[in-house]
Formats: sequence, structure tokens, C-alpha cells
Amino acid sequence: MIPAFKVTALLAAGFVAAALSGCTAPAGDGGAGKTLTVFAAASLKTPFTALAEQFEARNPGTTVTLSFAGSADLATQISQGAPADVFASADTRNMAKLSDASLVEGSPRDFATNVLTIAVPPANPASVGSFADLAKPGVRVVTCAAQVPCGAAAKTVEQESGLTLAPVSEESSVTDVLGKVMSGEADAGLVYVTDVKTAGDKVKEFPFAESAKAVNTYPIAAVRTGRNKDLAAAFIATVTGPEGQKLLSAAGFGTP
Amino acid sequence: MAIAVVGALFVLLPLAAMVSRVNWPQFIPLVTSESSLTALGLSLRTAAASTVLCVLFGVPLALVLARGDFPGQRLLRSFVLLPLVLPPVVGGLALLYAFGRQGLLGRSLEIAGIQIAFSTTAVVLAQTFVALPFLVVSLEGALRSAGSRYEAVAATLGARPTTVLRRVTLPLVLPGLASGAVLSFARSLGEFGATLTFAGSLQGVTRTLPLEIYLQRETDADSAVALSLLLVVVAVAVVGLSYRGPGPAGSCSKAALSKGTSGRVAT
Repeated sequence: MIPAFKVTALLAAGFVAAALSGCTAPAGDGGAGKTLTVFAAASLKTPFTALAEQFEARNPGTTVTLSFAGSADLATQISQGAPADVFASADTRNMAKLSDASLVEGSPRDFATNVLTIAVPPANPASVGSFADLAKPGVRVVTCAAQVPCGAAAKTVEQESGLTLAPVSEESSVTDVLGKVMSGEADAGLVYVTDVKTAGDKVKEFPFAESAKAVNTYPIAAVRTGRNKDLAAAFIATVTGPEGQKLLSAAGFGTP
Repeated sequence: MAIAVVGALFVLLPLAAMVSRVNWPQFIPLVTSESSLTALGLSLRTAAASTVLCVLFGVPLALVLARGDFPGQRLLRSFVLLPLVLPPVVGGLALLYAFGRQGLLGRSLEIAGIQIAFSTTAVVLAQTFVALPFLVVSLEGALRSAGSRYEAVAATLGARPTTVLRRVTLPLVLPGLASGAVLSFARSLGEFGATLTFAGSLQGVTRTLPLEIYLQRETDADSAVALSLLLVVVAVAVVGLSYRGPGPAGSCSKAALSKGTSGRVAT
């Protein structure tokens, strides 16, 4: 009985110690170098990963930690005190949440745009070729739910073009829409042009003119509670500068 | 004792923090909105259906695992229990490759005119997949602790195997079966990852309460918190029910129950 209790106590002590050390040594003030923590929308993964490497090479001793997730999740995490230095959102709404609460420095800068496109499985089983085809009966379309930016954009396009879609599923993230198309479960999905670039030949793309009616703008800003204000400003300058813009346009993003 | 308190706090504190965030004046309108009620109704219906499936598949499985003696038994048990430790999203992917349109069985099903993808059936399959181990574990445990002496006695008294099962084994493990079923129901109610991956998310068809919470959180934190509380209340009620059941029944009434059943077999 006693040895078993000792083991439990040791484990518990270890757990508490680990938890405490995790609290008292936050990322961001290492002795040797500085760490810049960037919270970025999931769709920025490819260009921001490359950009972070360039930034680290140009600023020796600096480590860029990237955290990719849905913009709403990131905004919530930052408002709950997550240690971020920079926030790059996939829509103006989630950035506004933070700037309205005075959680970012100055006014956010728009650095990229993204538009919707039609993604179909490579075999295109439902012979989709245009936006109008998506409203045909029997075509299994998947979109984002109206609560998330890609779904709001889809709704705008629907309203502007006077076409009503009957999706078989309204996903909470654009990656889920893409997943349903890549696995062949859906005949077509409305995703961002940048997602199609990432997916490569796993999906086929049909750009459509109506998508221009719903352009998503990506703003970036330094977080007020961040520890490295200078580095944050330098990183934002890189994103909005020629280098960043080149990488972003290679990933399919437009210029604001 | 002190560690137990820390452990309890570890679970209770986040829940208390969530309760403190509930927008009480708006609570009733938030949880009775059309989308919330649709999601709750769908959750209750699908969880009930998957509990029935769990009992149908789980009882024979538990009997085989507890009473059988064959090569590969341990392996079978490991596989049956796998969904317990598997991330639900992995379960969703596995189901997709089995029952999806391009999946192992999906293509044949599609030819037969059965479409599982994006349907309520897909939700029930996902829930059954993750909830089945709860029933099997509970029931196998009950079967093992009940032992097979009463069954042997019944058999020597001339009861046929089906009679033994019906009159001795099942009544003996009924509390275990009930708590297993309740746990399966609770697990089905909370199922999220496999459903999202495999079934999709459409109001009234596949968007269960956890998926509705996940979606509402994007725009309306108050609504997400209110719905979370609703789910917690349902889960606490369900789990409370299950542990009250076998608690007193487990040790004292088992003897009484078995006495009663063996008596009946003898007559």
C-alpha cells in the first residue's frame, strides 16, 4: 500500500512541477536569442512558413514560432491572454474583435486577399464546369457554414449571382470542405484559390467570375501584450514588403 | 486526500469557469433557438440509435470475450477496445475509407442505392464506432466478476444454453449492461471528431450538438457556452444515472438477484 502511494505522490509531484515550470518559463525571453510568436490563419501556412525561415536567416538569433489555426480560434486565444506577438487574420471581422478591444498596436494593415473557387475531385464525377452547375440537382456540393469567413463569402456570391445552393454539408472550416472533395465524398466544394494550390493535383479547379463579388481581406497587426515589439514590427514589414508579397502571390493570394 | 482534492478541482474548476461565463438572462433564448433545438433533437435521436446498435453488437462481443476461450481472444479484445484510445478523427477517417463513396464498402452500397455519406446514418455509425468499447468493457467486467458458477449449476440442473443465457447470465449482469448502455449513450452524445470527419455538418441532418457548439463558437461565444452547459447537464445526468444504478446493486443485490434466478431455474 505504502509504496503504491509513494509512486502516486511522486507522479503527482512531478506533474505539478512540470505544470509550474511550464508557467514560470514562458516562451519569448530566452537568454541566447529572441522568440517571435506569430499567430496566423491556417490558409497562410505555406507562405508564412517560408517567410519565417527567411526572417530567421536575416535576423540571427531569432526564432519564429508559428501557430496556425482558424482566425476565430486565434482571436479567442489572444483575447484570453495567449502569448502572441503578431496576429495575421483571414478576415477583417476577427481582427476587428481584437482592435475593438484594444488588443493590437495601431491599426491593422491589409496584406493579402483571397477569393473562392470551385474544387472538384480529379475525375469530376458530376461534370461540374461552372458556378451554375453547383445548383443542379444531384450535385453534392459542400461549402463552409455562414458563421465562418469562407461560408460568409459563399453566401455573398450566392446572393450576388441569384443562385441558391443546397449543400449536403456546411463545414466549420475550409480545410474540411477541401478534405471532403479530395476524398471524393463531395462532387464539388467552394474553397479558396490558395487551398487549391496547396492541394496540388488532388483536386481540379474551376475559377468562376462571380467569386470577385466576395473578396476576403487579410489584415496583420502586432499584439499589444507581445514581448518583442521591434521584432513584431520588422516581421510585419517583411510580410507587407516585396519579399512577403512575392511569397504570398506564389501561394495564390492577391494584393489588397 | 489532498491529492484527491487537487484531482477533483482539476476537473471541476474548468467546468465552474464555464458556468461563470454563461449569459444567464439570455440562456433560455440561446438554448431554445431553432438551430439549438434541432441539434439537441438530432443528438438525442442519433445517440439513442447508436446505443441500440452498441447493445446489439456489444452483448455478443462481451459474451465471447468473457466466456470464450479461443486463440486470438486477446487480440480481438485489443481491437474492440481500440476506439477508446484512437483519436476520434482517426476513427472518422477509417469509417470514411470503409463506408465513404470511394471506400471499401461504400462503392457497393452506392450501387445498391444506399448513400451513407452526409446522412444521419453516418452520424450513427460514427457514434457506434466510438461508443461500442464502453459497452463491451462494462459488460465484460460484469460477466467476469459474476463468474460462471451459477451458469454451471443451471446447466447441471438441465437448463439449455439459451435458457442459461436468458434466465441466469443476463439477469446477473443487467446492472453492468445498463451502465454500459448509459455510458455508450453519453459517449455518443459527446461524439465530435469522427462525426465531423465522416458525416459532415448540416443542420437537422448531421449537425449534432457538439458540432453546433463548435460552429457557434466562431461567431457567438454566448450561444456556444450556453449549449456547452446544456450538454454538460445532460452528460452529468446520464453518467450520474449509470453510477447510481450499479453502485448499490453491484455488491449487495447481486447475491439476492442470483439467489432469485437460480431458485427460478430450479423450479
